[in-house]
Amino acid sequence: MKKIFGGPAIFLDRADINTDEIIPAKYLTEVTKEALKPYCLEDLKLEGFDPQGERLKNARVIISRENFGCGSSREHAPWVFEVNDIHTVIAESYARIFRQNMFNCGMLAIELPKADIDTLIALEKESNGEVEVEVSVQEQKVVARGNGREESFNFDISPFDKALVNAGGWVEFADARY
Amino acid sequence: MGQTTAEKIFSAHLRDEPFPGTKVLDLDRVLCHEITTPVAIADLEWRGKDRVFDNVKIKAVIDHVTPSKDSKTALQAKMLRDWARRHDIKDFFDIGHNGVCHALFPEKGYIRPGFTAIMGDSHTCTHGAFGAFAAGVGTTDLEVGILKGVCAFREPKTIRVNLNGSLQSGVYAKDVILFVIGQLGVNGATDRVIEFHGPVVEAMSMDARMTLCNMAIEAGGTCGICQPDMVTVDYLWPFIEGEFASKEAALEDYSQWCADADADYDKVLDFDVNALEPHVTYGYKPDCVKPVAEMAGTKIDQVYIGTCTNGRIEDLRQAAAVLKGRKVSDTLRGIVSPATPKIFQEALAEGLIQIFMDAGFCVTNPTCGACLGMSNGILAEGEACASTSNRNFNGRMGKGGMVHLMSPSTAAATAITGVITDARVLK
Repeated sequence: MKKIFGGPAIFLDRADINTDEIIPAKYLTEVTKEALKPYCLEDLKLEGFDPQGERLKNARVIISRENFGCGSSREHAPWVFEVNDIHTVIAESYARIFRQNMFNCGMLAIELPKADIDTLIALEKESNGEVEVEVSVQEQKVVARGNGREESFNFDISPFDKALVNAGGWVEFADARY
Repeated sequence: MGQTTAEKIFSAHLRDEPFPGTKVLDLDRVLCHEITTPVAIADLEWRGKDRVFDNVKIKAVIDHVTPSKDSKTALQAKMLRDWARRHDIKDFFDIGHNGVCHALFPEKGYIRPGFTAIMGDSHTCTHGAFGAFAAGVGTTDLEVGILKGVCAFREPKTIRVNLNGSLQSGVYAKDVILFVIGQLGVNGATDRVIEFHGPVVEAMSMDARMTLCNMAIEAGGTCGICQPDMVTVDYLWPFIEGEFASKEAALEDYSQWCADADADYDKVLDFDVNALEPHVTYGYKPDCVKPVAEMAGTKIDQVYIGTCTNGRIEDLRQAAAVLKGRKVSDTLRGIVSPATPKIFQEALAEGLIQIFMDAGFCVTNPTCGACLGMSNGILAEGEACASTSNRNFNGRMGKGGMVHLMSPSTAAATAITGVITDARVLK
């Protein structure tokens, strides 16, 4: 099923956020994605961040720094985002497995250069955290709005990743082709 | 232009290139455990596609939490067990026969030079020690692997790491890989394969090579790869002697997977390890490493020896050599988990288990357990663990706990003194 992208953003201004922080291993005993829902980013080490807070609850987009999703291969990390209606992550770079898992689920792991992330974080500061992100996969474009102004960025996406997003994920794509 | 080992394996396994830069490979092994596979099984059932592409190439084990600790983990084990029976998975390992996947599958001879393998587990990179391309994947990749026997990759570039010189006595593969990760950084090998070369690797046993490759992912690497040689052949010989007329013939065949002399590398790094000291991590990322001497005296509450990094027989021998005739400090507790039943039995036969127990260690069955904070040795808030595992992330072994990664030898010395200790300076 094709996903909806964009919406209110939450900023996690730290590099190397790992999948143990996104969903601690003790919850990997669940066998449904829905059961993961309350535990999103529970062990994130980031000053001022509240995993139970309104900001995360309302977020539909995560914006972060380098090497997002490093560590364990657990797809529970994209899943815990998925069941919380967060279908878009925008970061400077990703760990390979996390990035692939996002696209395999038909979700977006958008890569933007550091300067663009810096601009987004500046926008967050001046708009007191209230930033709304619009994403067009077709145009490969992100528009962020806050404090009455907007910033827009183009992003690269490989034809394969785009095909996965359009197909709704890797199982759909592979099943039709192999 | 020549090819790296990974490039050769990619060429030989290429099924499809649906888009430029995306390579869909045929898989020789799809490895499964009870944490990441049940959701794939449930999804296949939901889609009406509860099938497997090959009941021999797929291998499965219950290893992360075994014996099950509660109803949820019992359900995960049951889902994998029922699925393995339903599809007649030929090699399925349950209680009594099960062990940590990245120790068990190599030990059974399932990984050969030139193979492709995936598993829903990031430390699948371990199997590259055999000259294979083995990558950790998520559950969706695993699901497609189970159903179709393929997996898509961007063809990775390769970083060549030359390990020159020779290791001092008391310095091990774990110290080497911690040092290399410190140099590369946790992001230094992302979307890259790390190919290990040089006299240090050539002198290493398969156990040590697996330790080396196991932590490639901690630098972001897709796979760590060692070149197949006579050490590889000797290890595999009981499983392959029917396939080759002689070990030399096996070596000649396997050598086709060695990187060409004129292969094109993303980067070539040379490290002289002659002066390398035992290393240990601090902080919450595996690239936060220091010589043990600089961390000496740090108070520790628990020592954990085992895991897919350092739970093999050589690791237990190294730890036992330090522990022999000594006692665990009464300020901490020691836990050792031999990684497979075979390793456990060897350790019993060699008297190592006796040494651990005499020293005051708790000996647990083979399981991933405490390494990822699931069972058998979870930390309390504020506690520190000296561990032979591979990750020191915040909360990894229990919320609010600190993990210091180190070799089995350093962990054993630490168990005796109660503080981080270089085994070479123990009186």
